Amino acid sequence: MAEPDSDLHAQVLVVGAGPAGLAAAHAAAAAGCNVLLLDAAPQAGGQIWRPRQGASAPPVVDALARLASAGARVLAGLRVTMVLPARTLLVDGPQGARRVRWERLILATGARERLLPLPGWTLPGVFGAGGLQALVKGGWPIAGRRVLVAGTGPLLLAAAATLRSEGAQVVGVAEEAGTPALARFAGVLARHPRKAWQALRLGVALRGVPSMRSWRISAIEGDGRVQRVVLEGEGGRTRTVACDAVAAGWGLIPQTELAQSLGCALAQRFGAAAVAVDDKQRSSVAGVYAAGECTGVAGAQAARLQGEIAGAMAAADLCGQPADTHLLAMRLAREHEFAAAVAATFPMPANWAARLRDDTLVCRCEDVAWSALRGQPDLRAAKLATRCGMGHCQGRLCHDTLAAVMHWPRLPQRAPLWPAPLASLFAIPDTPSHKEP
Amino acid sequence: MTEAITITVDGRALQVRPGTMVTAAVELAAPGRGARVSPGGSRRQPLCGMGVCGECRVTVDGRAHRLGCQTVCAADMEIRTDG
Repeated sequence: MAEPDSDLHAQVLVVGAGPAGLAAAHAAAAAGCNVLLLDAAPQAGGQIWRPRQGASAPPVVDALARLASAGARVLAGLRVTMVLPARTLLVDGPQGARRVRWERLILATGARERLLPLPGWTLPGVFGAGGLQALVKGGWPIAGRRVLVAGTGPLLLAAAATLRSEGAQVVGVAEEAGTPALARFAGVLARHPRKAWQALRLGVALRGVPSMRSWRISAIEGDGRVQRVVLEGEGGRTRTVACDAVAAGWGLIPQTELAQSLGCALAQRFGAAAVAVDDKQRSSVAGVYAAGECTGVAGAQAARLQGEIAGAMAAADLCGQPADTHLLAMRLAREHEFAAAVAATFPMPANWAARLRDDTLVCRCEDVAWSALRGQPDLRAAKLATRCGMGHCQGRLCHDTLAAVMHWPRLPQRAPLWPAPLASLFAIPDTPSHKEP
Repeated sequence: MTEAITITVDGRALQVRPGTMVTAAVELAAPGRGARVSPGGSRRQPLCGMGVCGECRVTVDGRAHRLGCQTVCAADMEIRTDG
């Protein structure tokens, strides 16, 4: 699969091999384009179709077979580190850096879990909800451990079901949303049989697990590791739950960093900033499309539909022929109706600052406490004074939190998008290469 | 998905199933100990599981700052959590 020249070229480059990226790559390849699909993970599938101990999920096996027969190339383990001039990306992987030239680019960079700071959240044994689900699929030992699942959103139930099926003792699922909001959501579910069926199956998988509504984590405690969690309910009631691990998440947020680097405009979608796209999945930058969760968190089915539209549109644009995406758009509208209900039912919790204590570490990379941050005037000053957001995650965790809690505007996206070895930056040419592979 | 593969974590040999991620191998080698030491000196375990937070960073075959949650164990791989 490797080419003799370390430079790569594709008519249609797709970044991200989850449901959106796989669908986009297939649609473009089926239309006759030269397609390259990249992913940062060691295997394709994204978060929802994550391999379990190396074994790909059935939809990924099918999608990769279809891609291979359509002639598309798939390279995993490559992370985009920088946007270079002349429609070129710099990517980095275990074998070093490569430049990738594209004619049409489809961003399918997905979403990440919203992970919020709390007293005790840096203790070993605290994980994201989807985070622990992912770790367990990679062989993390969980059998026999007592796990509390907490936060907000449907992902909590999916994570709890996976953990239980792997032998964890799920001691409870604490959902911040209250009964009235969940009852309204049940009404929406009734109009979406496929989603209702999924919810029913999760309910069966979690039979016997204590379900706590309107309960939120106020602190995680333990001596060198998680031993108990203090929950707060309506009217200031508290309860303490003994456990070995916490799996906590507050919904998903679109990953927009690469899009921002390219100059794509963002827009608020389903409760979070997302890559702005039109009904043909075109971003605000010519030649750049976006599909899936990075355009607004709406689930795998929406991602597949958007991917199909983006792939077809990129291909049609290249060969100057129109693509008919009318039917796909109709199905997508239905998925978006459901996504709006999810966003309304499980929002980012209000007044998060009330849960922070002086010594709560907001920036885990650089160990920056809340007391050092709350007096700062803005994100730039906070960064310069405290190194908050200058570690590995480049602010992906703490800047999201601070933007929400302090109402600070986000900083412009800076290169590189991820820390990269100096040697990989030497792959940047003085003038862009125009050599064909 | 058949035979176990042998790796080392901080010099100690360990057998893992094929497809095991480096994060899981580190946990199997020393449960609860964590992978990374923060600037303030506290041990951390991975948080996000998907290559964002960086709490799983370890040295793999002499290459520092590899993301354990994005790296699959390979035969004879040497993992170090002590930098």
